[in-house]
Amino acid sequence: MLRVTGLTKSYRSAGEDVAVLRGVDLAVATGESVALSGESGSGKSTLLHLIAGLDAADSGEIRLADITVSGLNDAGRAELRRDRLGLVFQQFNLIPSLTVADNLVFQSRIAGRHDAAWHDELVERLGLKQLLKRYPEQLSGGQQQRVAIGRALAPKPLLLLADEPTGNLDEDTADEVLHLARDLVVRTGCGFLMVTHSARLAATLDRQVTLHAGIIA
Amino acid sequence: MRRALWILAVLLSHWRRHPMQLATLLIGLISATALWSGVQALNQQARIAYDRAAATFGGSRTAMLVSRDSATFPQQLFVDLRRAGWPVSPTLEGRVQIDGRSFRLLGVEPVTLPSEVGNAPAVGRGSLQSFVTPPGEMLVAPETLRDLGLKEGERTHANGTTLPPLRVQAELAPGALVVDIGVAQDILKMPGQVSRLLVGQSKAPHASLESVAGEKLRLVEPSAESDLERLTDSFHLNLTAFGLLSFFVGLFIVNSAIGLAFEQRLPMLRTLRACGVSARLLNTVLVIELVSLALVAGLIGLVCGYFIAAALLPDVAASLRGLYGAQIPGQLSLKPIWWFAGIAISILGALAAAAASLAKAIRMPVLATAQPQAWQQAQRRWLMFQSAAALAVFAVAAALIQFGDSLIAGFAVLAALMLGAALILPMVLQIALAFGQRSARAPVGIWFWADSRQQLSGLSLALMALLLALAVNVGVSTMVESFSRTFLVWLDGRLAADVYISAASDQQAKEIKAWLRDRPEVEAILPGGRADTQLGGAPIEVLGLPDHATYRDNWPLLESTSNAWVRLRPGDTCLVSEQLSRRMKLGLGDHIEVPAPGGPWPLEIVGIYADYGNPKGQIAVNFAALTRRFPQTPQTRLGLRVAPDKITPLITALQEKFGLDDRNVADQATMKRESRRVFNRTFSVTAALNAFTLGVAGIALLTSLLTLANSRLPQLAPLWAIGLTRRRLAVLELLKTMAVALITALFALPLGLLVAWCLLAIVNVKAFGWRLPFQIFPLQLIELLAVALAAAFCAAALPVARLARMQPASLIRIFVNER
Repeated sequence: MLRVTGLTKSYRSAGEDVAVLRGVDLAVATGESVALSGESGSGKSTLLHLIAGLDAADSGEIRLADITVSGLNDAGRAELRRDRLGLVFQQFNLIPSLTVADNLVFQSRIAGRHDAAWHDELVERLGLKQLLKRYPEQLSGGQQQRVAIGRALAPKPLLLLADEPTGNLDEDTADEVLHLARDLVVRTGCGFLMVTHSARLAATLDRQVTLHAGIIA
Repeated sequence: MRRALWILAVLLSHWRRHPMQLATLLIGLISATALWSGVQALNQQARIAYDRAAATFGGSRTAMLVSRDSATFPQQLFVDLRRAGWPVSPTLEGRVQIDGRSFRLLGVEPVTLPSEVGNAPAVGRGSLQSFVTPPGEMLVAPETLRDLGLKEGERTHANGTTLPPLRVQAELAPGALVVDIGVAQDILKMPGQVSRLLVGQSKAPHASLESVAGEKLRLVEPSAESDLERLTDSFHLNLTAFGLLSFFVGLFIVNSAIGLAFEQRLPMLRTLRACGVSARLLNTVLVIELVSLALVAGLIGLVCGYFIAAALLPDVAASLRGLYGAQIPGQLSLKPIWWFAGIAISILGALAAAAASLAKAIRMPVLATAQPQAWQQAQRRWLMFQSAAALAVFAVAAALIQFGDSLIAGFAVLAALMLGAALILPMVLQIALAFGQRSARAPVGIWFWADSRQQLSGLSLALMALLLALAVNVGVSTMVESFSRTFLVWLDGRLAADVYISAASDQQAKEIKAWLRDRPEVEAILPGGRADTQLGGAPIEVLGLPDHATYRDNWPLLESTSNAWVRLRPGDTCLVSEQLSRRMKLGLGDHIEVPAPGGPWPLEIVGIYADYGNPKGQIAVNFAALTRRFPQTPQTRLGLRVAPDKITPLITALQEKFGLDDRNVADQATMKRESRRVFNRTFSVTAALNAFTLGVAGIALLTSLLTLANSRLPQLAPLWAIGLTRRRLAVLELLKTMAVALITALFALPLGLLVAWCLLAIVNVKAFGWRLPFQIFPLQLIELLAVALAAAFCAAALPVARLARMQPASLIRIFVNER
């Protein structure tokens, strides 16, 4: 479903070009969960951002189902994120002025793919029923991340991308959140690519990939 | 569409969580729109009134034939021209006194009145019969009827004649009395005379003017702009300038509120983009959101503007009446365009104030890390650029002072000075604060100055607003005070007689004079009079001054030849008013020819005098010469010299003997008091707008401080952590605000004095034709300085109080959260 081929990306820093990705090849099948690990600065987040269309690669190709992500313009990439992808970040990135209920339905509404039954199931499974009227600032970190996962999965994306989703959570909460995410991914049948530092959490997914100095080790 | 609505709902949800910020944004937009549209409403109302005046039976909107060298000419010329095919209609104009008040009497001939002349239809149809057949009718505006204190159908007296019954005609200009020309000739005692011939637009062939009237008449083409519009341009320009200033100061608030909202919403905008909202859609919705808010604020602002205009209208009307003799009705009636323009200005203002934030949103990369303080961080390069721009603008101002020679150039100098000063203010503050930092020794002191410098970019817009408001306040207050003092000295000279009488008719005046001659307490009777004529195509007044020591000793002359008063006696010399001498570039020794009923009157100029508050040009001649040259001049005005302790009994006796009331007879002190009241009222609009502008600047400062308050926590929390109490931090924050406000106010003082000089030496001379001496009033400056500091204190109080009461948990969060 996701195929990344020969992907390169470099940034200019202090007057010099710094190569972050040096030809990355990666594939994620439908329904497969993949953990992407590597030391700091190895390019994990950059790779995730390129797949999400948040940034553009220097060369190489990213294909998601029948779409060549690397060939899309800004509007096309926005449409891809809206309709085909779910994104979860370490900082949760909920909309602070919306209630939990509004945050949850936000992406599925703007994608025009709101499914009330699926929404109710998400609320139930994520244990958010009592929190729907609260604002993000009134939630704990774990609760906020559950909302973020719910928002990302509400439009039933093809692929869920998560960048250190448990980085801000304690071990028990992290386990609980990841467990929920995995269950829901299985339930939707989408692919799951998660960037993590934790070997323990990485081991709970179907496959582990390590990025070292800009290439898959 | 649905998607856009969802995004709009998300964006709007920010305001629900930050109602104070929304209130700030709306207050900024509402005050900007209200002050701007209020001023526009006043201008529009005045223009409607000018149009009415201009359209009154052959104002400047109609072509006309006038005498080349005298105020009136024989009616026979009208008959000759009609026979030669000219579509002309005669009018006779003069002034009449009713109960001691002067009104403009206009005689028209309704049968020949051209149909395109304003108000013609009302006379020309069903009411023609009653208008021309005895006793006729006297048409007046509703306001005039009220002024006369009479009802429709009632009759009054003037010049010893009973006037026709009154009839209201709403389209007429206030202050005008319109009668049949035959009636006017009787009242004005000018049988067979006409003032001008209105020329209709008929294209029928006719003989040339010269072949019928010889050199006696000349054709005056219609003017798109009326005399009043021309005269009052400067007043309205002044009001507009104030409105514009308030509008911009209001936009400072909007800019500050939108800037804060944008920074706070940056993570939300990025999340939206991450969730698949395209940049184009997001920016479109941002603009829609802004326009919606501007629409709401614009509507509220318009309603407020209406009330502001309604509240200021009486004073504006008084100013226009006092300065230009323009009659403005006391009620607002606004055209639909005013409402549309108000909404449009609100939307355009909001878009302009948000331009920088919108541009940032358009360029915003999805992945850039949030930099909540980036917009506040001083950019040295930008500061240098801004200062260079300020110097360029100052150079333009200097060039305009040197080479500009118009009212617009005067206002351009003011605008350039203000813009330049606003641009250079951040650099001035930067230098002053850097000096403070170098002088500080204690660590907290060093931090105090350094942190003030860091805060500058966030506060600079609000401080610019404060600078402009203060400078305008200093400038206008200095100008008004200079004017006031000069005016009072001048008034002492002009109102030298002890008692002033305005008789109902010439006959009554004669009776009063005869009675006064037998009163031992009356030391001198000083008759006065004035006639209207034209000079250089503009209306002027010819004032008759009796040959008496009262005038010789007191009448204030700016320039004169030796023995000017003695030379005035024979009637071949005159004094001219300052504004007339400036307008026509007349000096001592120059000769003018004044059109008079008996033919041109050649006069040599022997003096120039100040004539503040008179829109018309004026010349002063010997009174006896005036009555010889203008025999129809009403001789109803008298001045008396009376021993001080005999004034009150004499006035009482005059009132009892001749049935005069307070309007017909007044002592010098009353006249001066009334003149001062009119003078003060003339500037009350300016004072109100001054106060509004300063108030809006205070709000701008408050909103900027509130804006900064949240983002200041990361700077303050470490100091709290290392042992400074919240109370002490709050005091330091307050002092910082006061320090920058004080520096700004100190900078505003010389700028304001420069503004005052421009107003006195450039704008006033161009606008009114008089130049006033420039004076500095230290007490007034100290007062404004105190007001500025009080405004800064009030603005800083709320955020500082919040800081003093802040829970430690909020400060601890700074170290926990990644901000």
